[in-house]
Amino acid sequence: MTGFHWDWQFAWSIVPDLLAGLRLTILATLFGSIVSFALGLVWTLVRLARIRRVTPVVEFFVQFVRGTPLLVQLYFLFYIFPEWGVSLSAFATGVLGLGVFYSAYATEIYRAGIENLPAGQWEAALTLGLPLRRVWLGIVLPQSIRTILPMLGNQVIGMFKESSLLSTITVMELLAQGNNIGSINFRYVEPLTMVGAFYFVISYTAARLIRSSETSHAVYG
Amino acid sequence: MQSTAERVVVEQRPEPRAELAPALLAMRGISKTYGEHKVLDSVDLDLALGEKVAVIGPSGSGKTTILRLAIGLVKPDTGTILIDGNYLWHEPSPDGLRPAGERHARKVRRTLGIVFQQFNLFPHMTALQNVREPLLHVLRLPRDEADARAINLLSDVGLKDHLNKRPAQLSGGQQQRVAIARSLAQKPKIMLFDEVTSALDPELVGEVLRVVRELAHASDMSMLVVTHEISFAADIADRVLMFDNGRILEEGPPRQVLRNPVNPRTRQFLRAILER
Repeated sequence: MTGFHWDWQFAWSIVPDLLAGLRLTILATLFGSIVSFALGLVWTLVRLARIRRVTPVVEFFVQFVRGTPLLVQLYFLFYIFPEWGVSLSAFATGVLGLGVFYSAYATEIYRAGIENLPAGQWEAALTLGLPLRRVWLGIVLPQSIRTILPMLGNQVIGMFKESSLLSTITVMELLAQGNNIGSINFRYVEPLTMVGAFYFVISYTAARLIRSSETSHAVYG
Repeated sequence: MQSTAERVVVEQRPEPRAELAPALLAMRGISKTYGEHKVLDSVDLDLALGEKVAVIGPSGSGKTTILRLAIGLVKPDTGTILIDGNYLWHEPSPDGLRPAGERHARKVRRTLGIVFQQFNLFPHMTALQNVREPLLHVLRLPRDEADARAINLLSDVGLKDHLNKRPAQLSGGQQQRVAIARSLAQKPKIMLFDEVTSALDPELVGEVLRVVRELAHASDMSMLVVTHEISFAADIADRVLMFDNGRILEEGPPRQVLRNPVNPRTRQFLRAILER
């Protein structure tokens, strides 16, 4: 055994491959986030509208998605959907999996943002006779966005890290690239350390950005 | 001005007033229960055209609930609410009345404006935008016309110099005056005031009461005013209602109910308030 040894030259040589993986990780997070924001909004609207027979199904679906591991859902989409005749690329499957999984959390974020609004705001809007559309777009949304956006931001960071699970369904994202480099060269120290460093630097920076924007928008004025 | 007929009724009670003057607001047999607690117990309340009525009573007596019922924020368990000829939660049908929904209530409640204890201004909008909101989105006035009217309304409550300030930049008294201007924007026939000075620092109470007082003396709007300010109530009200335990315990002109109450419970309540 060689023990711990860090080879700078080797480390530099694998940067391009790792960056290619990081690119996929970021794309998966970006598209996954968009899917989760949109689906989460749909779930929220259906839950608010209390549609007979539809809303209970959505409620159950949301609980179900929250109650099963993302990895299981990814396997399900990757191995079982094709048997039903739905075959997507590995990347598309990963985006769909991330999007659906996090939509179940996004809907809770939207709901928290809406419920956070003081009852007096609804009462003022209602007694002034504002049309429902205006109440949502002009009163509710501009106020709840301030609680919703930072929480969605934190969700994106979570997804960024969890997207490493896509490596198990053959998406060549950051972790898969690191693994691949390690198995080809029989050296795991540099690639896996660098993979970890990439994840940390990006998620830490993003979290700091969210934190600072949160405090600067804390008060109306 | 009070009619002599009203005085007679007041002295003799409990003859309902509605048969004497057509009521702009007529609440009949209103009951409301929250859980175990009966907040209102078969209350009848009338408000005539141009009449100013002050509502007093201990907290939990149902006086705030009656306002919230009048504007349709709360639905009564039983009873009817007639506003300027339209029922709030009912529609006329060949065989009497049938229940109507939120859409119908939305139309009827436009006759009323309400000012809340906690102002309830929209915090992300300036004073001008707050007042402009119903003008633009309910009355659908063009922008410049809405602006002009909003500026007038804010000038009337003494806030000409604060048009572009957000609620957080205004004092409580100023915020409440913006709220008054906002609720006046649609020229309601009935104004409801729900303890509008209770959330204010003592030194800011006067400026808000002055605005309401001017409104009461200068306009022909009907007003239903829940308040703990006894001398203010005596000044503006044609009639005072004393609520207790979900019922109207005593009613009459201010000099009777406030200066010389018949009911011992009213006497006790007034003493407690004045000794504060």
